Amino acid sequence: MQDWGITVLFRGRNLLRLLGGLGVTLELSLISIALSILLGMLVGAAMTLRHPLPRFLCRLYLETIRIMPQLVLLFLCYFGLAKAFGLQISGEMASVIVFTFWGAGEMGDLVRGALTSIPVHQSESAAALGLTRAQAFRYVLAPQILRRLTPQAINLATRMVKTTSLVMLIGVIEVLKVGQQIIDASRYDMPQAAIWIYGVVFFLYFIICWPLSMLARRLERRWA
Amino acid sequence: MKRIVRLFALVFVLILVFASGALAEGRSVEEIQASGEITIGVFSDKKPFGYVDENGEYQGYDVYLARRLAEDLGVTLKLVSVDAPNRVEYLTSGKVDVILANFTVTNERAEVVDFALPYMKVALGVVSPEDALITDVEQLKGKKLIVSKGTTAETYFTENYPDVELVKFDSYTEAYNALLDGRGDALSTDNTEVLAWAIENEGFAVGVETLGSLDTIAPAVQKGNGSLLNWINEEIVSLADERFFHADYDATLKDVYGDAVDPDSLVVEGGVVE
Repeated sequence: MQDWGITVLFRGRNLLRLLGGLGVTLELSLISIALSILLGMLVGAAMTLRHPLPRFLCRLYLETIRIMPQLVLLFLCYFGLAKAFGLQISGEMASVIVFTFWGAGEMGDLVRGALTSIPVHQSESAAALGLTRAQAFRYVLAPQILRRLTPQAINLATRMVKTTSLVMLIGVIEVLKVGQQIIDASRYDMPQAAIWIYGVVFFLYFIICWPLSMLARRLERRWA
Repeated sequence: MKRIVRLFALVFVLILVFASGALAEGRSVEEIQASGEITIGVFSDKKPFGYVDENGEYQGYDVYLARRLAEDLGVTLKLVSVDAPNRVEYLTSGKVDVILANFTVTNERAEVVDFALPYMKVALGVVSPEDALITDVEQLKGKKLIVSKGTTAETYFTENYPDVELVKFDSYTEAYNALLDGRGDALSTDNTEVLAWAIENEGFAVGVETLGSLDTIAPAVQKGNGSLLNWINEEIVSLADERFFHADYDATLKDVYGDAVDPDSLVVEGGVVE
């Protein structure tokens, strides 16, 4: 067994630490995803407004998050705010802010796409049947919007989970960073541990993201 | 429309980046003692200087000093994991009081942070596979050299050997993995690092042991934080009486280097470099 790098995982509290790191990854992702979905609905609704000012602001917002790498946003939020305004926030808080800022924009664009993809005759037909606007939204439009939105939203969620690995660069110890610490602490006496630890980290991401992907696929098939 | 939006986004970013005021000022010794806690930035993946052991505890040569500083200040110690490329940012933004992350003193860095007296000295080294050993820097021309971003090795090779193709990584872990995988012909970083690594990794050897000028490693505080700087300097001078850094070497580095390295070639006592 001497050459099996996986044994490193069972030294001391390594396995627990790795799972603790996974907990951090999950916590950051889930909070950011939940906030992104809520705020994304509002952003998406704002994007469909006809007035030029909200349209311009939404456009500016969306272009900003599309142009800027998430890492730059993280640095700006964590170090930039401290330098510019003396605002000291924790790495975890900065991560949630940035991922929500990013997720809400992307989610908003998905919501906008879903909203505008519903043909006008749907609401017109609903009105012709005597439904009020609220009833039309509740029984005719919302179910269709939800169907178009859900698979894409889940897709965005899995992307967000994976992108949280960047937060290690603002000092948040998540699963990948714990993995790197374990690899480094054993690199002199067990250099082959790297591939094993990365393998375990891969597996941990997989068991989070795979069920989400499966769910998206099932929903897509059912609603197609 | 699209162009205007992009322009606005860019201007917005630039304002944020350059609006670096003096708001995130470093804390004085009194302020640190009043708060009861000192925050020190160390590496968490650079054995044997700063790393986390299998029990989740920070260990290493830098960490040993960090513990002593906190103890003599009479405050509790909060360690923050930093990486080579963001060490300066942690200080300038006031996220940590001191950086003890194997920080090599350079002129460029001295313009943005204040260095205390040194506690270690190093030069660069180059490690490569034994069957294709690089024994002279000239052999690197046209080859791939692995470096970590933000390290002295990166600066040195960029300035002095532009013909060497640099393969850059964010963390030391990734850089060493790249060398193991053969994604480069050699790796360069501080000689202390490569010597220790080559001892433990069969098939690799340090062909170039000292390269560039002899550099020193020192604690760094935020620019202008004279109070903390003076306290650390006095501390380092007084620690020489008990040969603190030799004890530190014995506790953290001896196991790694064995007899291959003479402690006095690395350790600096009282901030005096012979």
